Amino acid sequence: MSARRYRDPLLWLAPLFAFFVLGMPALRPVFAWAFPAVEPPIYAGDTFLALWLFHAALVAVSSFASLVLGIGAGIIATRRWGHEFRAILEALATIGQTFPPVAVLALAVPALGYGALPTFLALTLYGVLPILQNTIAGLAGVPEPVREAAEGMGLTQAEILAKVELPLAAPVILAGIRIAVIINIGTAAIGSTVGAVTLGAPIIGGLVGDKTSYVIQGAIVVALFAILTDACFERLRRRLERYKASGARRDPPGGWQVAGFGARVRAKVSGGSG
Amino acid sequence: MIELEGVSRSYGDRRVVEDLSFTVEDGAFCAIVGPSGSGKSTSLRMINRLIEPSAGTIRIAGEDIATLGLTRLRRRIGYVIQSGGLFPHWTVEDNIATVPRLLRWDEARVAERVRALLELVRLGHETRRKYPHELSGGQQQRVGVARALAADPEILLMDEPFGALDPLTRQALRAELARIQEATRKTILFVTHDIDEALLLADRIAILRDGRLLQYATPQEILTRPASAFVREFVGGAALGLKLLAQRRVRDHLHPGAAPAGEPVAQDAPMSEALSEMVLRGAEFLPVRDAGGRIAGSVALADMLR
Amino acid sequence: MKRAPANKVLFLLALAAIATCLFAGFLTEAPNRLVTGKPLALWQALGTPVLLAAILATGALLVLSWLRQSATVLCASLFAAGALLFLLFFAAGEAAGFLMKGARPAQRIGLGAGFWAAAFCLVMAMIDAAQRLKLGPAGRLLVATSLLLPLAAMARWGIFDQLSLLREYAAQRDAFAAQAVRHCALVAAAVAAALACGVPLGLLVARRPHIAGAVFGTLNLLQTIPSIALFGLLIAPFSALAAAVPGLGIAGIGAAPAIVALMLYALLPVARNTQAGIAAADPAIIEAARAMGFTPRQILWRVELPLGAPVFIAGLRIVLVQAIGLAAVAALVGAGGFGSFIFQGIGQYATDLVLLGAIPTILLALAADFVLGIAAQLLLRKESA
Repeated sequence: MSARRYRDPLLWLAPLFAFFVLGMPALRPVFAWAFPAVEPPIYAGDTFLALWLFHAALVAVSSFASLVLGIGAGIIATRRWGHEFRAILEALATIGQTFPPVAVLALAVPALGYGALPTFLALTLYGVLPILQNTIAGLAGVPEPVREAAEGMGLTQAEILAKVELPLAAPVILAGIRIAVIINIGTAAIGSTVGAVTLGAPIIGGLVGDKTSYVIQGAIVVALFAILTDACFERLRRRLERYKASGARRDPPGGWQVAGFGARVRAKVSGGSG
Repeated sequence: MIELEGVSRSYGDRRVVEDLSFTVEDGAFCAIVGPSGSGKSTSLRMINRLIEPSAGTIRIAGEDIATLGLTRLRRRIGYVIQSGGLFPHWTVEDNIATVPRLLRWDEARVAERVRALLELVRLGHETRRKYPHELSGGQQQRVGVARALAADPEILLMDEPFGALDPLTRQALRAELARIQEATRKTILFVTHDIDEALLLADRIAILRDGRLLQYATPQEILTRPASAFVREFVGGAALGLKLLAQRRVRDHLHPGAAPAGEPVAQDAPMSEALSEMVLRGAEFLPVRDAGGRIAGSVALADMLR
Repeated sequence: MKRAPANKVLFLLALAAIATCLFAGFLTEAPNRLVTGKPLALWQALGTPVLLAAILATGALLVLSWLRQSATVLCASLFAAGALLFLLFFAAGEAAGFLMKGARPAQRIGLGAGFWAAAFCLVMAMIDAAQRLKLGPAGRLLVATSLLLPLAAMARWGIFDQLSLLREYAAQRDAFAAQAVRHCALVAAAVAAALACGVPLGLLVARRPHIAGAVFGTLNLLQTIPSIALFGLLIAPFSALAAAVPGLGIAGIGAAPAIVALMLYALLPVARNTQAGIAAADPAIIEAARAMGFTPRQILWRVELPLGAPVFIAGLRIVLVQAIGLAAVAALVGAGGFGSFIFQGIGQYATDLVLLGAIPTILLALAADFVLGIAAQLLLRKESA
């Protein structure tokens, strides 16, 4: 059991990430040696901690907004009275996810100008789609006998939603949230081009000023941020699927990575059921 | 007491249930039987208003259920379905405790009730921490029954509860249900397409066909005086006589005193079992043993014809 | 007369289209390309005949949404929504032409929020009708072409020429063509490379399932890394490579790191889809083939690959759409493509330039998705037939 513990990725990812976020200046000699032409060797526009906090805040707030809108719309689409809207909402989610995230970000600029606001809008809009899609799929996947039994026992519609449908749909909904958040971390980095203060700033600054070391510094931090977040979601997924038979839990052979972001690809391969 | 009066249900032009009227006494076991598509499940689900009748009235204890609050009505009625419908994300304990917790019983009372019910359905106490997927089909249905009985409802509705199980488990659960009914004296409405199951368990049987009630009577009466040729065929046709025999117990035809030698037959066994033994042994008389295992007397082939 | 519309979706969409057209700006007016335009209302833009036609079509849609949704009503709704969409485009083009007469050359008439929102609602209305009609791939193709061909013809005839977006395009015509080719070349190269590496990888994993964890684990890790970070991380090694081997013709910045990054992103879907496609083959059929004496290679080519084709095509769809979108980001590392317009536009605060990059990217992605979706469906049909 303890050997398994040490293979838990969070155990080494978190300290590694913390090191880069807080201790980038410590790597000064390394970057000075590798890229002698770049002065100063470490990106000095803002501390990486500040950049990460802005970035995380932007992703967190927009993800929360996406969550509320996406799950809300998904619930409406699966109620008897909202049933009519389900097909068109699913179509909207599918088509919308065909739009490249960077295009959605670009389109937000004419509407809202520059800065954090268009980035926030683009992140929220784009994040709603996978969450909506997965909420509908998850709620629709609740076995009919379970719902019938719940209704027959005298649970109100609200109780059925809260105690039966949502808990059973939670793993699928969580997968949608995971996709939305991971994509948003990347899109928020690109948001630096429209003036949002994020971890993309050193990358963009480095690309524009031909300072490769800044690009690498920014890239390492944002990449680790994404990987760490994905690992946290995987932990959460495991916890939520405790009640399932071990076959149904799809514990992937060889580790947690397999069922991560690639789950989106897998879901589309097998037609949405994951 | 459950009273159905002129109950009908249509979907557009399609009449699924038509003019259904009968009464189920308190503590009675009423089986609703019929071929597929006869409206059995629909009738059952009109009683807890999962489906609303298009016409007619249903009364429980004199009250028109249409006037009662939906959730309050359903919390007074236990409901068991064929696939169990156990909540997969809750333990057995949480499943059984569903309605009591909805009714805000305190936890101590809930725990005690769960313990008592697990004992009633003959499941070990350690089952309470398991998840439904860890149980066999038969065990899941036992939990389903326990869950339905949790809040001590007056009425139990069962929609082909043993349909998805293998014959051996079905047999065992039937016996359990009979025992539970004996112990708790609930009013049970039991839908099945298996007439033998109905003949075995029910005090009264309602035979439906194409949404209409063909006959509502005791098993004895249905076997001896079927209301139509269809009922006769449905209930056993050529095997009617044997089924009638199955309704009688050996103890009702016991001749106390001396008995022939050989393996005795239990006095609680149906007469059809005694007949089967007689055929196998080629004997006209069989010894009978009582519940304690002592020889109580004998039973004769001639008794079969009385 | 019923108390509620039979098709609430259509009703709401029609109302939304009307509302946005009336209250949000239909067009925008700006003194030059660098300033955000002032919104212009609908009545300032439309001539009387067009206005009447639009009112007629809108009325028709509202009435149709109230009726029982028979096939005839649905076809009529589809037609009415499509006609209204044409009218909208036509009106925008004509109005721009009219407003530009006598205005200074730097003047810009753009499409306003009202136009976009109304167009979006109408497209959704058409999709809703198509869904309720349960149109198959042929039907959807027909609707798409009958919508796009007339619009393309209108563009050809120069109806839209005075809109700021097309004036921007006219100014950038050569660059646009070059970047379009560049974008497609990036995607093609990356997908080809991904297929070359990913298909064998997928086959390997299908044959040796125990390495699935390690392989997909690594590929999944790559997928999680944000695109801009991966592009960035590849610059350094490519710069070093370019410095060490100048004759290779690659630079640290440019197409080379972009294609490699795009290929890496495409590897997971390709490998996964190949493996899933192989796994999709019914084991009973494989066993029958073995019993008949097929060699493993024959089984692969004659049974597994053909049976796995629909799954594979479905996966290819995702790969293409993803690659088209990521190639737009690649412009940041100097790879060119439509993304260069997007980021140039952002830098210059020129909205039309941004749109010149964003819209073709979206259209290209939608087209790829549509075409491959139909291809996958046709393959699936052929299989079950």
